[in-house]
Amino acid sequence: MKRFIGFIKKEFYHIFRDRRSLFILFGMPIAQILLFGFAITNEINNVDIAILDHSKDATTEEIINKISASKYFTIKQIIVREADIETVFKKGKIKAVLNFEKDFSKNLIKEQKATIQIITDATDPNTANSITNYINAILQNYQQSKNKGIQIDYQIVPQTRMVYNPELKGVFMFVPGVMTIILMLVSAMMTSISITREKELGTMEILLVSPLKPFQVIIGKVVPYIFLSLVNATVIVLLSIFIFKMPVAGSLFLLGAESVLFIITSLALGILISTIAQTQQAAMMISLMGLMLPVILLSGFIFPIASMPIPLQIISNIIPAKWFIIIIKGIMLKGVGITYVWKETLILIGMTLFFIGISVKKYKIRLE
Amino acid sequence: MSISLSNISKSYKKVKAVQDISFDVNPGELFGLIGPDGAGKTTIFRILTTLLIPDEGTAKVAGFDIVADYKAIRSSVGYMPGRFSLYQDLTVEENLSFFATIFGTTIEENYDLIEDIYVQIAPFKNRRAGKLSGGMKQKLALCCALIHKPKVLFLDEPTTGVDPVSRKEFWEMLKRLQKKGITILVSTPYMDEAALCDRIALIQNGAILDIDTPKAIVSKFPKTIYNVGANNMYKLIQSLQDYEHLYSVFPFGEFVHYTDQRESFEIAELKSYLEKAGLTDIHIEVAQANIEDAFMELAK
Repeated sequence: MKRFIGFIKKEFYHIFRDRRSLFILFGMPIAQILLFGFAITNEINNVDIAILDHSKDATTEEIINKISASKYFTIKQIIVREADIETVFKKGKIKAVLNFEKDFSKNLIKEQKATIQIITDATDPNTANSITNYINAILQNYQQSKNKGIQIDYQIVPQTRMVYNPELKGVFMFVPGVMTIILMLVSAMMTSISITREKELGTMEILLVSPLKPFQVIIGKVVPYIFLSLVNATVIVLLSIFIFKMPVAGSLFLLGAESVLFIITSLALGILISTIAQTQQAAMMISLMGLMLPVILLSGFIFPIASMPIPLQIISNIIPAKWFIIIIKGIMLKGVGITYVWKETLILIGMTLFFIGISVKKYKIRLE
Repeated sequence: MSISLSNISKSYKKVKAVQDISFDVNPGELFGLIGPDGAGKTTIFRILTTLLIPDEGTAKVAGFDIVADYKAIRSSVGYMPGRFSLYQDLTVEENLSFFATIFGTTIEENYDLIEDIYVQIAPFKNRRAGKLSGGMKQKLALCCALIHKPKVLFLDEPTTGVDPVSRKEFWEMLKRLQKKGITILVSTPYMDEAALCDRIALIQNGAILDIDTPKAIVSKFPKTIYNVGANNMYKLIQSLQDYEHLYSVFPFGEFVHYTDQRESFEIAELKSYLEKAGLTDIHIEVAQANIEDAFMELAK
């Protein structure tokens, strides 16, 4: 035991004396969560739009007022000719143009039907989509308020309610993802680098010719990172609670326990990488290419898994991050307990045991 | 026997690193492996320290088989690899106490063993190992290899890249350790260090050329060696190589070592030959053969 503690102490010296690793450990999580939280967002706010009003009557004015009163849109320009639509889009500032047809009010009363054309700049398809939806919602709202008291034979009134994230805040989606990436990166990359560093510097040779058992070396490498990753996970959760007002609906204890499980999964992956890679460079490349990319692309963090082609959906199942994201989204947003995520938890445990099994088998007690 | 190898062979893919090597090292002996780079010295060390499994042959260290009892060997030997292999970001003291801890001991417990060496680096005990000079690094590495009081000490080229003064001190330390009953296997490419060992094995291309005491190896040298000097070293070697009775010639410090094919060799005759070749300041005298001469002769 004393040997083991001595080994862990040495690992902490390495970590705290290497500024680069310290920066990766503590600077990156904070930077990433702030970046994802503030900069990357699907919400729309103060979008500049232009109006092309061919009728200029009471109804159109009412609609325009309603749109400009919402915090989502700012009316930047009033244009008078169809030809100007192209011009304003090309300038790039204006993201949408509302085109009211001629005799809007008259048509509405006479034919019970009038048309507004919504033209959006779809160079950014997500934003274009959101803009259309928002404007549609405002128009619908207006129509309902107008129709009040008038009896229509039948009517379908959809009542939408967004649960778990009623304000559709993007950061709620990113926090679980960023937490997953950071835990994965810190755990897998840092352990694989720290083991390959011993190989590269030749100190592994001395460690092998010592009474330290292989599992003591491995566990000794892993323990400091379990601790540091937990610190990281805590920082991320605190940041998201206090800066982004993200609620943690479920039990904090379960969240912690699942995080430890995922940290161990990632550490096992890191050990596996270190048995393959001979140099720190190689370990870093494998970690980045082999772990980061799949986590970002295939875990459902950014791109919904349900809309992927079938082969990719199948591949996404072998990515541990996918299961962890399901678990923490459930705990943080929906407030579910272990009874709802036991299946995902079991899958992660299974993967962890599998990785540890392979690494122990592949770990070399000699130089070749 | 403290160390014994019989018919050890090892290849890396197609390269034969060592072939059919056998030798024994007695308890308490200071045994040297002497040979140029690439002779297979490091491979022998790695096999004996259980880091590599030989393709053929068996070996025992401190009574344990290197394959079957590798764990027992790992806790009873000290190993100092050829490359500096300590933690550069740890201080002198932290390195030493780390190695003491993983061997289940403390610095205090075996301090008497390393005292002579450690006092020399103690003034720098709070300095990071990476910032030490070459000689200091080797002294620290030796301390770390000794801290658990090993029965057998393996030192792979401990003095490579170390200044002459530190080299001398290092060998004095080895002599003192030997007196404390530790068996030492040391390798070196420096022939002058070979004379300080009890016995040496000369190796080249993975094969042993000879094993004996340094004195015996030198005395086996069949020829008389002459130190030859002149004003122009390059021209001197060229002229000697063209000399019809030449047996061998190679540079040795400020002279060349020359041997003749004939039993009856006349210094005057060679001198007049060299003078004819246009050399001046010619100086020829009988010299003592040394291990390098013996090595070159055996390696021929």
